Amino acid sequence: MNELWNLYVAFFRIGILTFGGGLTMLPMLKYELVEKRKWITEEVLLDCYAIGQCTPGIIAVNTATFVGYKRKGVAGGVVATLGMASPSILIITVVAMFLEAMMSYAVVQHAIMGIRGGVCALMLNTVYTLAKKSLINKTCVAICAAAFVLAFFTPIPTVVIIVFAAAAGVVIDKIQGGDAK
Amino acid sequence: MSEALLLIFEFFKTGLFAIGGGPATIPFLMDMAEKYPWFTMQELSSMIAISESTPGPIGLNMATYAGFRTLGVFGGVVSTLALVLPSIIVIIIIAKFLDGFQENRIVQAVFRGIRPAVTALIAAAVINMIRVTLFTEEAGQLIPQYKGMILCAVIFVLLQWKRLKKLHPAVWFLVAAVAGIVFQF
Repeated sequence: MNELWNLYVAFFRIGILTFGGGLTMLPMLKYELVEKRKWITEEVLLDCYAIGQCTPGIIAVNTATFVGYKRKGVAGGVVATLGMASPSILIITVVAMFLEAMMSYAVVQHAIMGIRGGVCALMLNTVYTLAKKSLINKTCVAICAAAFVLAFFTPIPTVVIIVFAAAAGVVIDKIQGGDAK
Repeated sequence: MSEALLLIFEFFKTGLFAIGGGPATIPFLMDMAEKYPWFTMQELSSMIAISESTPGPIGLNMATYAGFRTLGVFGGVVSTLALVLPSIIVIIIIAKFLDGFQENRIVQAVFRGIRPAVTALIAAAVINMIRVTLFTEEAGQLIPQYKGMILCAVIFVLLQWKRLKKLHPAVWFLVAAVAGIVFQF
């Protein structure tokens, strides 16, 4: 029981102290889990992280479930994940309530219109960075182009496009056979 | 189906298919904005700003915010739990039964297909977002909002500069908010 509480607290701390999620979390996870608590080794953490990136869902959550499970089985996985999710639920709920109450002020509306321009810039930058990282050969470019056409010009749901892309990955692997890297 | 069940269904689906964390949830949230009266695309862009500027993984923050907009505090809690449920199930199965999952050939092939597609999905979502935030629609015509476009272009260019790249997103949102107030966006 005590151990489960410790898991909850550790992941609550990680959740509250990380901004952004994904890769930005790695140093925080390393400090809390490897250096401070010595629960897992750095190799295991990197393994968790690799699995977190190639499974469905938020990377941060996947890593929490995996580490929790390794320590305390299914209950550990659930508790660690709830610990990770708790700060988001608390903080966002308070911020959202506060913002709803402020919406009627003209100053706040001007600020929000400005922020929207900023969000567009940051999101464009995310796409640009992702494209540089994921479009490494012609096959990737072709899949990306096909997915874009489907997503932008047709009403096909996002889920279907993901399933198509997964199938395309397997088919291409079969065609290229042993030559695939 | 009641609103709460729909919310759970949509976020469970997002958790199951959003591969690659935070930004990968955006296309799904955009689908929701189109399909349900829960929140608009414009509101989605404020949600992104807030989720990036507050502690916690972006994907979780967005789920709490979107759920809160739809059904209040209860909605926020339920959406976030629905989003993490697929992770818990999938990861525990993998940890228990599949040793060397990430080295498996089929798994790698699947993700080689999915990764470039996710980039495309996010790109399409961003273009849609630009269409609703940097343009206004009047009588079927798109009218550009020049102030917002200039601000967006300036921040994008500054972001390519190595020294500024490491700045926290919240800094940029603060700059954008001040610009919005000063220039009366």
